[in-house]
Amino acid sequence: MSAAREHEVRPEVAELVAKYGMRRAGARPPIVTYTRELWQRRHFITTFSTANNAVGYSDSILGQAWQLLTPLLNVAVYYLIFGLLLKTSRKIDNFIAFLVIGIFIFTFIQTAMLGGARAINANLALTRVLHFPRAVLPISSTLIALQRLLFSMVIMLPIVLLSGEPLRWSWLLLIPAIALQSVFCLGLAFIMARIGAKIPDTSQVLPFVLRTWLYVSGVFFAIQTVANGRPHWVKQTLEANPGAVYMQLVREALLTKPPSHPPYQWTLAVFWAIVSLVVGYIYFWKAEEQYGRV
Amino acid sequence: MSEPPMFASTVKTEAPPTVIVDNVHLVYRIRGRHAKAGAPAVAKRIITREKDPGLREIHAVRGVTFTAHEGEAVGLIGPNGSGKSTLLRAIAGLMPPESGAIFTKGQPSLLGVSAALMADMTGERNVELGCLAMGMSPDEVKESYQSIVDFAGIGEFITLPMSTYSSGMGARLRFAIAAVRSHDVLLIDEALSTGDAEFRRRSETRIKELRAEAGTVFLVSHGLGVVRETCDRAIWLEKGEIVLDGEAEAVVDAYEARHDPEALAERLAAAEASGKIRYTDESSSI
Repeated sequence: MSAAREHEVRPEVAELVAKYGMRRAGARPPIVTYTRELWQRRHFITTFSTANNAVGYSDSILGQAWQLLTPLLNVAVYYLIFGLLLKTSRKIDNFIAFLVIGIFIFTFIQTAMLGGARAINANLALTRVLHFPRAVLPISSTLIALQRLLFSMVIMLPIVLLSGEPLRWSWLLLIPAIALQSVFCLGLAFIMARIGAKIPDTSQVLPFVLRTWLYVSGVFFAIQTVANGRPHWVKQTLEANPGAVYMQLVREALLTKPPSHPPYQWTLAVFWAIVSLVVGYIYFWKAEEQYGRV
Repeated sequence: MSEPPMFASTVKTEAPPTVIVDNVHLVYRIRGRHAKAGAPAVAKRIITREKDPGLREIHAVRGVTFTAHEGEAVGLIGPNGSGKSTLLRAIAGLMPPESGAIFTKGQPSLLGVSAALMADMTGERNVELGCLAMGMSPDEVKESYQSIVDFAGIGEFITLPMSTYSSGMGARLRFAIAAVRSHDVLLIDEALSTGDAEFRRRSETRIKELRAEAGTVFLVSHGLGVVRETCDRAIWLEKGEIVLDGEAEAVVDAYEARHDPEALAERLAAAEASGKIRYTDESSSI
């Protein structure tokens, strides 16, 4: 459609436009300019995320305490079901720590994707009044998700310690692991933001997709247990899935006896992060002109 | 449409252009309710690639052409549904033209009534975030914070969430935020009409300053008095087409003669009574 519009510019107009350095209303800037404009808004991104995160809890009585309570309750529920009732914990050393890590790491992916899907539509008023690169919105929703993950670490790390794991140098690997996962989540948020802006029903469907993904990623079972007796590619696919990869990295960092895993996890983690970010960013930027329109 | 008029501006044609609108058509696509919405119907449409019958088209602006220049204040007048607000949205880059082209200098800012910035957040936060979103640095925000709050003049409400504001207060704060920076093109859609007289006067002063800084201001208003006082040029739209484009007083008078003859007569009578105008010939009196 934009190509069709290009043809309609009369030469007299084109001349004036060139002479006075005017630009087409609402035109999407080239990706380099776009990235520069985005960098200029970095303070907006951080302030916006902090403010939004605080507002998210302002309606509840316990307020910010929910940042810690939500992950804690999640662990309790999953432990009750999968640890005590279904006993998937057999064959896993230190199931509690295994489970807690799985849940919190996967929740980060969930929050980032759901946040991304709603990023544009939840801020329509803002996009209609102010002009800024729209990528600000999914970035800030991902930052909020990351902030929540860091809060849940406050619960997660003591649980891991209390469950009998020693504090080791390998815990420092947590930092690169989460950094890579954040990049991966940001890319997903970009993709979901574009889809969610176009199709409002996305946030209705997404929870089901995410739940399926959660179940195949080995949050409360070890992948090799499930893959036993199935073709080798099933195990490989399950293990290469980014949900499992980032979970595995964190388990490896924190647990003394993590379930076995292929040796190329770090390579996969870097690979998924880069692919997700590059694809997501370009995909999002391509539709920049359409966000917030009627 | 045959040859569109060439840059039909009558005012300040020597100043550099800031907005060029060239034979623009704007069409809204609206999902109507009468379409079959059940899942089988939707599935059938998807499979047969049939056009969604619920999609209705509303041709809001039909072939509008004009050029605005630095330092101009252009009033857009016309009855409800004549395409004024739609045109502003398109100039702001928020709606793509169906055909034709719109070019602007810099990024226009649109101020409307309905748009709250971030309703759940306090006025203070909105000021801070609004400024940062416009690309100001944190230091610049600190510098201009007090002047924005003073300009808005909403007192202690600044510490309350914007959702608690009256429409007038919201408009004041939004205008104060947008007006802190100089704009190449500022589009104001009825945003001043909810403010009180004192605020209107202050915002009119600020609009004059913005024009002096070589900006162009577009103003949609049903208060014809505001257009008369603030604008030097007016464009009269009717059913998406330009009826008249020219010097503000003249266009507003002509518009009033068509749509609100009583108001025009009253105004002329008042002017006559106060001795501002005198009819030389009794028969030409309205």
